[in-house]
Amino acid sequence: MRKPSFLTRLRRAVVAALAACALGTGFLALPAQAELSIDITSGKVDPKPIAVTTFYGDSPQAQTIGQNISKVISANLERSGLFRPIDPSRFIQTPEQLRNGTPRYADWRVIDAQGLVVGGVQQLPDGRIRIEFRLFDVLAGQQMTGLAYNVQPDGWRRVAHIISDAIYKRITGEDGYFDTRVVYIAESGPANQRVKRLAIMDQDGENHRFLTDGRVLVLTPRFSPTAQEITYLSYFNNRPRVYLFNIDTGRQEVLGDFPGMTFAPRFSPDGNKVIMSLAQNGNTDIYTLDLRTRRQTQLTNSPAIDTAPSYSPDGSKIVFESDRGGTQQLYTMNADGADVKRITFGHGRYGTPVWSPRGDLIAFTRIADGRFYIGVVRPDGTGERMLTEAFHVEGPTWAPNGRVLMFFKERPTGDGNRQRQAKLFSIDLTGFNERQVVTPTDASDPAWSPLIP
Amino acid sequence: MRFKFLSLAAAVLLVSACSSTPETATTASTGGTTAAVPTNTTGPVPGSAEDFVVNVGDRVFFGFDRYDLTPEATATLDRQAAWLKQYQNVTITVEGHADERGTREYNLALGERRATAVKNYLVALGVDTARVQTISYGKERPAVLGSNEAAWAQNRRGVTVIN
Repeated sequence: MRKPSFLTRLRRAVVAALAACALGTGFLALPAQAELSIDITSGKVDPKPIAVTTFYGDSPQAQTIGQNISKVISANLERSGLFRPIDPSRFIQTPEQLRNGTPRYADWRVIDAQGLVVGGVQQLPDGRIRIEFRLFDVLAGQQMTGLAYNVQPDGWRRVAHIISDAIYKRITGEDGYFDTRVVYIAESGPANQRVKRLAIMDQDGENHRFLTDGRVLVLTPRFSPTAQEITYLSYFNNRPRVYLFNIDTGRQEVLGDFPGMTFAPRFSPDGNKVIMSLAQNGNTDIYTLDLRTRRQTQLTNSPAIDTAPSYSPDGSKIVFESDRGGTQQLYTMNADGADVKRITFGHGRYGTPVWSPRGDLIAFTRIADGRFYIGVVRPDGTGERMLTEAFHVEGPTWAPNGRVLMFFKERPTGDGNRQRQAKLFSIDLTGFNERQVVTPTDASDPAWSPLIP
Repeated sequence: MRFKFLSLAAAVLLVSACSSTPETATTASTGGTTAAVPTNTTGPVPGSAEDFVVNVGDRVFFGFDRYDLTPEATATLDRQAAWLKQYQNVTITVEGHADERGTREYNLALGERRATAVKNYLVALGVDTARVQTISYGKERPAVLGSNEAAWAQNRRGVTVIN
């Protein structure tokens, strides 16, 4: 057995801390009415003003960490589009004054704060640090939640994301998505000799790393359910095949022994299979590879292009695209390939379907009249809705809470504008809050991880 | 964090070790031209890749979302088959390409269809199937830059590359 990873160890620390923590008398004593809450399903929301104070540190190192934690939380909440962090220069009560006891709510009401985040960082004798936080509802004058975490000092950033998720969940009622990573394809060079590399980063762009060196063309990375492995397409030795990449060990392996190009891979929700396409003699069908038995199973058998398969979160269904009806459209089928149903009938072509982690929607790329769209549709084909459109947008991926999507956008190339430009963007399911996800180079094919275990 | 950093550093090293074979096919495919250039006495060596590109024509073009061969394409492939019969020791890789106006995975499948259409035509004319490999690059390797119909028409192509 391999050693527990950094993340596993941190998770254990967090679980232990959760079991031990019960901060404050107001913990989980929730008021039944008029509490601070945001309905994130209602379209354009007015961002709630929230005061994220500097976490108080009891040493110079702890103070630096405390400042950094506050910045990460504030940036996460702001980026969600649901919160408006208040300028800290307007704060009246200081971190020292907030350290003990309840806040002076009047000091926070006067600057229009509705939420108040308070925290502390404390050195422990064993070299670890203890990070505490509390979320207060300023208008109701109550604590909403509070947690504490004992971690190694370099674990502070993950704790900042975990705290952001706790705040998001307490106020919206939905799971957060800040303690996540993104794997994508970093692009550089001219469009006809594009260099593409696997790259990974936290959802806020931090901890960025290139995983491959660019000598081999790589495309379409996707996370395993544990976020420890990536399946992707590599042109290693000019043989395009689906590969597996272990993030912890760096080990790469080709998946399966197929007689032609394999591509469009995704994991099954239980992580035991990878579903993909095999192209052979001009025909593309969908297969699964069982990662334990290495058995290959063919799921579709049509002369059409059947590709881009994606499982429903319970693993019982698969959505895929096929041109069996004449043009690229979306279909669903059972996990064994039976009961194929077409679900898109709108104007244009539909591809790259991805089932939401909530199960309620399927995101896709649509091409119509020379424009590209990112849209969603219910699995039964009803409720089709476009979220964004441009000259070229493609490849949606879901945040683990099923409320935010990421995709890439390319601008046209032309005589005055020979370089391709490709960037990542996120957008809320409501179609609002479209934002660029900043990457060091051009970027495409994003895949959002599950919440880190 | 040290633990994590070390494992990622190891990952990069392993990747480098695995990918030490440089790709060559892609650079070969982007330099060609379709127009037959008048030859003179100092032209390409007969039987060479340059001879094939200049005097035969290394590529055929497809309609939007199509993989059937046009009369112009079959005329080019007739010449390719004759040349390949003359130079029996040559093996080829047929690259299938798509324009940028499709989704990535669909275009990989479409490129494979196009490469296969070229291969099947050459094999039907008597080229030994063992001499012909195929590969699809989807929309990853456009021959011509530009987001306009003229560029897209040049990029929807099958390219026969002399190995």
